[in-house]
Amino acid sequence: MSILRRNNVRVTGRASGRTVVLAHGFGCDQNMWRLVEPVLAENFRVVLFDYVGAGRSDLSAWEEERYSRLDGYARDVVEVCEALDLRDAVLVGHSVSAMVGVLARAAAPERIGSLVMVCPSPCYIDEDGYRGGFSAQDIDELLESLESNYLGWSATMAPVIMGNPDRPELGEELTNSFCATDPDIARVFARTTFLSDSRSDLGAVTVPTLILECAQDAIAPPEVGAYVHSAIPGSRLVTLDATGHCPQLSAPEATASAISAFVSDLT
Amino acid sequence: MSSAAGDSGSGRGIPGTDAAFSALLEDSAEDLYESAPCGYLSTLMDGTIAKINATLLGWLGLSRDEVVGRMSFSDLLTVGGRLYHETHFAPLLRMQGHLGGIALEMRTAAGPRLPVLVTSTVKTTEAGEPLLIRTTVFDATDRRAYEKELLRARRAADEARRQAEADRARLREALAVLQQSLLPAVLPDIPGMETASHYHIASDVQLGGDFYDLFPLDDDRFAFFLGDVCGKGPQAAALTSLTRYTLRAAALHDPDPAAGLSVLNTVLLDRYTGDDPRYCTAVAGVLERAGDTTHVHLASGGHPPALVLRGDGRVDHLSTRGGMLIGALPAAQFVSVRTALHPGDTLLLYTDGLTEARVGDSRELYGDEALESFAADLAPASARRVIDALTALLHGFGDGLGDDTALLALGLPARTATGSETPE
Repeated sequence: MSILRRNNVRVTGRASGRTVVLAHGFGCDQNMWRLVEPVLAENFRVVLFDYVGAGRSDLSAWEEERYSRLDGYARDVVEVCEALDLRDAVLVGHSVSAMVGVLARAAAPERIGSLVMVCPSPCYIDEDGYRGGFSAQDIDELLESLESNYLGWSATMAPVIMGNPDRPELGEELTNSFCATDPDIARVFARTTFLSDSRSDLGAVTVPTLILECAQDAIAPPEVGAYVHSAIPGSRLVTLDATGHCPQLSAPEATASAISAFVSDLT
Repeated sequence: MSSAAGDSGSGRGIPGTDAAFSALLEDSAEDLYESAPCGYLSTLMDGTIAKINATLLGWLGLSRDEVVGRMSFSDLLTVGGRLYHETHFAPLLRMQGHLGGIALEMRTAAGPRLPVLVTSTVKTTEAGEPLLIRTTVFDATDRRAYEKELLRARRAADEARRQAEADRARLREALAVLQQSLLPAVLPDIPGMETASHYHIASDVQLGGDFYDLFPLDDDRFAFFLGDVCGKGPQAAALTSLTRYTLRAAALHDPDPAAGLSVLNTVLLDRYTGDDPRYCTAVAGVLERAGDTTHVHLASGGHPPALVLRGDGRVDHLSTRGGMLIGALPAAQFVSVRTALHPGDTLLLYTDGLTEARVGDSRELYGDEALESFAADLAPASARRVIDALTALLHGFGDGLGDDTALLALGLPARTATGSETPE
């Protein structure tokens, strides 16, 4: 199966514009970008995809070992960039994908020329002198919540939907299908996300980087945004007047215009 | 239905209805909201709680002043629940405008957590702009305890399944190793002779009951045997092992194949006594080279006849009719037969898995005659070619091949100098 099919890749927008790749985070799928995508598409070429294991990706390509490390997700990003032969693309990563973006850029510097980090956190767990906001026990609670909520996941329906990315109407019959994930896969992604520590990778980021944070974010609080900002030399930090961890849904206009301004400024 | 339709609107005249109506008047919408048997709350789009009912405040042990305008919905949740809210609940609610039956846990002022089921709806303006989020909260303490039991049981079942699969894989591996120990790892090189074999095991979790072997006696002579023990599984494997080593030892002691089968008969009767008789069928023989010719002396006990595919295209079947089952009776008789192989001839030994395969829609036995005519179509053919053709035939039987099958072919290559090489 081709990478484009495997990762349910969708390309929209102005073909002549700079390429902006939108990478979703832990939780749902590329639908997370549905409100900002049309705005970005006016000026840029927009690439959307689902990580293997999420949304309408090819679940049969999922391997626990690969996707137990952020590297595995970064390989998805790089492989999508290669499949489209992208050069100097802007990678917009939400939440954990901000850190996946750092790894992907390091692996394919010619393909990814700049980074936008939406609500990034390099480390979610508190440690000596670092406040990520969570304890290991909190992450266990999240795993419990995942187990208690299958969110429309149905082992019998899933293969039908996942195998037919070109027939979205099949998925609409399932409520909550944007977040419907095989519970085993979701557990692995959750652990990989919230137990990751990418702090030591930040210093190596030398490309133009925009950090977008929300004024109030329970997952990536302002001190984490400030940490990322100070760790990446020359990065730009923009605080959106928005609440929650998903400004692309709660403040789509502000999010899209911050990304647009950053991309337009790139030489 | 039609007779009742006239007064269904008022309900007058039905006893008790008046009382029901006056009770309803006492149940104001406000009181219904505040004291409903479920929690209600309304939040702004950023999550700030704008309104909450007394039932939920009571469950949480909080006062209205502490909550309204001061706390957000996710403040009421456990930290893990808050993570789930931010990564799943809130985005889905934004995308769908509605979300139902989500299991979360709330923190109560007194300490204990309250398992709840939450349903939320976004209220929008006429223009479709989201205004606020309305949420109902149900106490799910008992249900969640039950679900946890189910999850625990599911995990235990998953673990048991994984364990069973691992055990099965280990068993399969052990059986494969054991099976290999019952067969020669490779057939020995016999100068001037081509040899080939095939072994089909009907089940990967059962040891097969067929066996064969080929080994040197001295510079000019080789001994061989092929057979089929009764039954399957570990007992059959033990019997196979005993049979194989008995026949090998006997052949080294006395190369007469009928004598070897007699020794095996005695050993089996001695070993398997009383109510657990065990027996087998086998064909055993000796190859002795003399110039271009190889003399074959073989004996059979209850085994299907060997075939010789001659270099000139004929097929001989070496009848050993009258040879008795080995290990069944003390005075068993075995029948010997002699033939000679010339260049281009191939001797074929097989077990009845081949001839007793079920074929066609009527599931008839494949049979001896079909095998002989298959061999006749094939002849002349080298040992390798005979085994390849029969292996393909076995594959073609599909699930009609219900039993283990062993094949052993011993052939003298056709003379090339005279230009009469066996066509390949």
